[in-house]
Amino acid sequence: MPLKLLKYGLARDYPVTGDIPATPDLRKSYDVVIIGGGGHGLACAFYLSKYHGITNVAILEKGYLAGGNTARNTTTIRSNYITPEGIAFYKEGVELYGEMSQELDFNVMFSQRGQLTLAHSETTMRSFHLRAEMGKHMGTRLEVVDQKQVQELCPHLNMDYGGALEILGGLWHEDGGTARHDAVAWGYAAQASRRGVEIHQRTEVESINVNGGRVQSVTTNRGEIACGQVMIACGGANYEVAMKAGVRLPIRCYPLQAMVTQPIKPWLHTLVSSVSLHTYLVQSSRGELVIGGGSDPYQSYSTRSTLDMKEHLAQGAVHMFPFLQNMRLLRQWAGTTDMTPDYSPIMGASPLDNLWLDCGWGTWGFKATPVAGKYMAQTIANGKVPDILRPFGMDRFTSFELLNEMGATAASH
Amino acid sequence: MKILTCPMNGPRNITEFQYLGPFRAMPDPDDASDTDWAQYLFRAENSRGPVVEWWRHTPSNYVFLAERHLGTGDVIRTFDPSEGRPS
Ligand SMILES: Cc1cc2nc3c(=O)[nH]c(=O)nc-3n(C[C@H](O)[C@H](O)[C@H](O)COP(=O)(O)OP(=O)(O)OC[C@H]3O[C@@H](n4cnc5c(N)ncnc54)[C@H](O)[C@@H]3O)c2cc1C
Repeated sequence: MPLKLLKYGLARDYPVTGDIPATPDLRKSYDVVIIGGGGHGLACAFYLSKYHGITNVAILEKGYLAGGNTARNTTTIRSNYITPEGIAFYKEGVELYGEMSQELDFNVMFSQRGQLTLAHSETTMRSFHLRAEMGKHMGTRLEVVDQKQVQELCPHLNMDYGGALEILGGLWHEDGGTARHDAVAWGYAAQASRRGVEIHQRTEVESINVNGGRVQSVTTNRGEIACGQVMIACGGANYEVAMKAGVRLPIRCYPLQAMVTQPIKPWLHTLVSSVSLHTYLVQSSRGELVIGGGSDPYQSYSTRSTLDMKEHLAQGAVHMFPFLQNMRLLRQWAGTTDMTPDYSPIMGASPLDNLWLDCGWGTWGFKATPVAGKYMAQTIANGKVPDILRPFGMDRFTSFELLNEMGATAASH
Repeated sequence: MKILTCPMNGPRNITEFQYLGPFRAMPDPDDASDTDWAQYLFRAENSRGPVVEWWRHTPSNYVFLAERHLGTGDVIRTFDPSEGRPS
């Protein structure tokens, strides 16, 4: 074995297998056109090709593969939501992460280490009890823990702060975890392209041509394509892309910022977040501390960081773990998040016959990458929205059947 | 730190202000259809251009209107609601 490896390593010409083929020429038409090559678009293409035998699929990505919010997110995977519809959906999402590396034959480094959310007030504790009961009822692992249990779960936490920010207890979500975001996208891309799906990078949809209540074609910077079915999964650009088809989504865009520190030895073995401090931390498998928090306070398309938000995140992190005060930041960034009025996504039908929506993923869509892909593929293949997606339809904003996840999403992950 | 010019208090750090969301003309609640009312509640002002929105200067609790560009982030003007509301 070592000899063979050495021989392979020193060989002059050994086969290099790329996981994702180079962008091919555009064909004139495709059965399915997916606009947006982030995790969601790629997952949908994977499910279409593997489980529905639909391989005449083009993914159109204006930049590079998964360079949108998939590249920017802080990779919190959890199902501790509050509405029964939301919990059922995200729960399946977490379960699919459990089998993803096997399914994709690609190590996505899923680490189900549990998520601890801290309460600094009785009010928060009360809302945690409600969430825990809902979670248990729906079959997720979720319980309210007291100060002593918080300390056991995360011994490095500063429990002596006192005052209004004393830690009173927490919400322990054993199902919570994290995965490597790039690997998730690349795994889906590799598997989908192996089955014939075409991934077109640097291909921007400039207009969507509608006639007779259907999308007839899309015009890109590389030419026009006729399409059977179309799905929009454009992250922060969902509102603008849907507008090209004349569909006005109830979405407003807010920047969301995050940052990572220099890598250090593994010490933080859970995901930790605080509702009152609007800060959460996770240690990546490289040892970097990924720190995220609440959205910017006002609407904007800017993806620039602001000093006050970064200071706020640093403050929150040091508050929880004072020994982090000398850490250096390695990188910081922001993404444009497509926020809906009720903090739930918009999936399923649009006012046009063959246009499908996988939008409104705001600050919470990475965890849903596999489950949204699975059911959006089913939707497109059958031309019918499956029951699990029905509550997330765009029509809920005219029938006043909102799915309020604001409380369960307040810390934006 | 960004500066926002309050019509009453002059230029201030933007952290002194609270963003209260886009200005929307309210339809008559007695006459409006459910669809119009839903539009009023959930319609999004989200184009990459200028929008008019409500802001509040927190220390003085003064509420005013600002026209801001969502793409560039530039504040175009700020004004008191008595100076006329957009239709
Ligand atoms: C800082 C930050 C932290 C986050 N943290 C978490 C978290 O911890 N957990 C979680 O679950 N979620 C989190 N999210 C949200 C999550 O990142 C997104 O909801 C999710 O990645 C959306 O995936 P997507 O594939 O739909 O969109 P994206 O990954 O944004 O992909 C959309 C793609 O569409 C392309 N596109 C846009 N316009 C066009 C066009 N006209 N033509 C062709 N292509 C186009 C874009 O270039 C982009 O690559 C976070 C987001 C941010 C910004």
